[in-house]
Amino acid sequence: MIKLDGVSVGYNQKAVVQNVNLEAGPGQMLALVGPNGSGKSTLIKAMTKVADLLSGRISVDDRDITTIRPNELARLVATVPQTPVLPGTFTAFEMVLMGRTPHLGLLRYEGGQDVATAWQAMEATRTDSFAQRRVSELSGGEKQRLVIARALTQQPRAILLDEPTANLDINHQVGILNLVKSLCSQHSLTVIVALHDLNLAAQYCDRMVMLNGGGVYAKGTPSDILTAANIKDVYGAEVCVYPHPVNRLPTTIITAGGNGS
Amino acid sequence: MARTVSEALSEPVARYPAGIGIRRRSRVYSMLLLGALLIVVILFATGVGSVPIPIATAFEVMVSQLPFVNITPSVPDVPGGTLTLESLRMIILDIRLPRIILAGLVGAALAVAGATYQGLFRNPLADPYLLGVASGAGLGATVAMLIPFTLTWVAFGAVPLFAFIGGVGAVTVVYLLGRVGKTMPTTTLILAGVALGSFLASITSYLMTIAGEQLQGLVFWLLGGLHFTKWSEVWVVLPAVLAGFVIIWIHARPLNVMQLDEEQAQQLGINVERVKLILLGAATLTTSAAICFTGLIGFVGIIVPHAVRLVWGPDHRFLLPLSMLVGAIFLILADTLARTLVSPAGIPVGGITAFCGAPFFLYLLRKRKGLAFF
Repeated sequence: MIKLDGVSVGYNQKAVVQNVNLEAGPGQMLALVGPNGSGKSTLIKAMTKVADLLSGRISVDDRDITTIRPNELARLVATVPQTPVLPGTFTAFEMVLMGRTPHLGLLRYEGGQDVATAWQAMEATRTDSFAQRRVSELSGGEKQRLVIARALTQQPRAILLDEPTANLDINHQVGILNLVKSLCSQHSLTVIVALHDLNLAAQYCDRMVMLNGGGVYAKGTPSDILTAANIKDVYGAEVCVYPHPVNRLPTTIITAGGNGS
Repeated sequence: MARTVSEALSEPVARYPAGIGIRRRSRVYSMLLLGALLIVVILFATGVGSVPIPIATAFEVMVSQLPFVNITPSVPDVPGGTLTLESLRMIILDIRLPRIILAGLVGAALAVAGATYQGLFRNPLADPYLLGVASGAGLGATVAMLIPFTLTWVAFGAVPLFAFIGGVGAVTVVYLLGRVGKTMPTTTLILAGVALGSFLASITSYLMTIAGEQLQGLVFWLLGGLHFTKWSEVWVVLPAVLAGFVIIWIHARPLNVMQLDEEQAQQLGINVERVKLILLGAATLTTSAAICFTGLIGFVGIIVPHAVRLVWGPDHRFLLPLSMLVGAIFLILADTLARTLVSPAGIPVGGITAFCGAPFFLYLLRKRKGLAFF
């Protein structure tokens, strides 16, 4: 569904990440991990043409995204940004309804079907209970679910999420990722998610791409990637990696007093 | 078989609770109501003046001008003499009505341009003059008044022409200075606008010190007001304001989406830079055309959109037309006060708009605090 071939991206002709090859297909959840500044967000932005593609080819459904018009791309790929600005005077429902934008022409108003689509997306993300409240009155977790509802309202084939669990407590972290995971398998969505938390990435994602030093450091299943040696090499942090007691997935535990510089 | 989001969310049987939607009907009713109020206000304003004329008579005079209407207006008794039908027609049709219509157009234009700028820059302090239209037009008008020769080929005199060119020119320079590559970062644009505005205003100030006899006319223009309006001025402003409004209204939905940050707007399929350029151009042309005959009328462009947003919500598809109607009504009423309070000289309408508008706005702000903008 989404494929990157030898991709270099950055801003103002300066590359942030270079020579990235990756592929994500329907029903798959791919995690992008790596230290701060390794280019996770930039890669995600490049897939929606917000960051500049310097070389290589990004394709969606085997079509080069440089040839896809903005509103058509928005019907294929939706994004949940890291810290979205949400104007507080709109109601939660109005915010979700904005997801219909790529499906409507300049002059068409949202019809009953558009309203129904937005409403179902709100039900799926359990945001329907506060549909009529103003965005400024919502909590961080509610806003995050709202942005996911808006992304679903675009009826995309793929969703890109940039740190969807940042600033959320442990219960909401699990809630958001459970939601994304179930949407991914129910609707064969292609999901690419940038995550800081390696344990969440291991629990929820089928495959991982670890970025470091302006390029791809390693690719594979969580068990392949998350080793104490890799993490020491990429993050410079001393950790222990154990199998999770319930599902045997790799679990990273920090060691206090380790070399964290 | 898993269903895609597209299939799963498109069930025709889908039901949603009543009351969910874009509240289109109630807002359309509000527009119709305000449209009717605008007509009433125009009628009322034509009756008010140094020669008071009953609204019914004013209505008769205006309707008698329509094609296929055959009525003869009754001439009312006025204090201190009789009024002929001829002079009645002249007072209403040639003196008062063009001024009222121009006031309405200017109020509508400033309110719509203000709403556009506020939306475009996501900034509650934005007004139509943010990027230097006012200082550019002010300098243009000043230069026009001070040049020692008259431009005989300009039908309206040099002042409106120079003011228009000054306004559009200032924003063009700001755009060229504030552009970064192919993009137009709003903060850079605002800073460039503020800087160029101060620069132009300082030139205007200097010119004022050497203006001599022209100073009074200059101050009057800079304060803004409608004085001896002719129909020909209305026919110049009307198409500019209408065209600007249509272009802006067409882009109301992109403007809504751009209330999110530009990154999200782009990810929702909006061509952000193109929409910004179109809206900026349309709002600038509308503002420049509106103020070139009347001078710098302040306050309408910043307060009317806020008031409308407080009452009817932030959706630009309704905010823009509602602002237009409220702006027109507001400036007609303010100008009626301006020309009758200190009769016959009149006081600048800009003073009236602030004096009467600000307390009402503060009342709204207190009553619905927290909803003002973001």
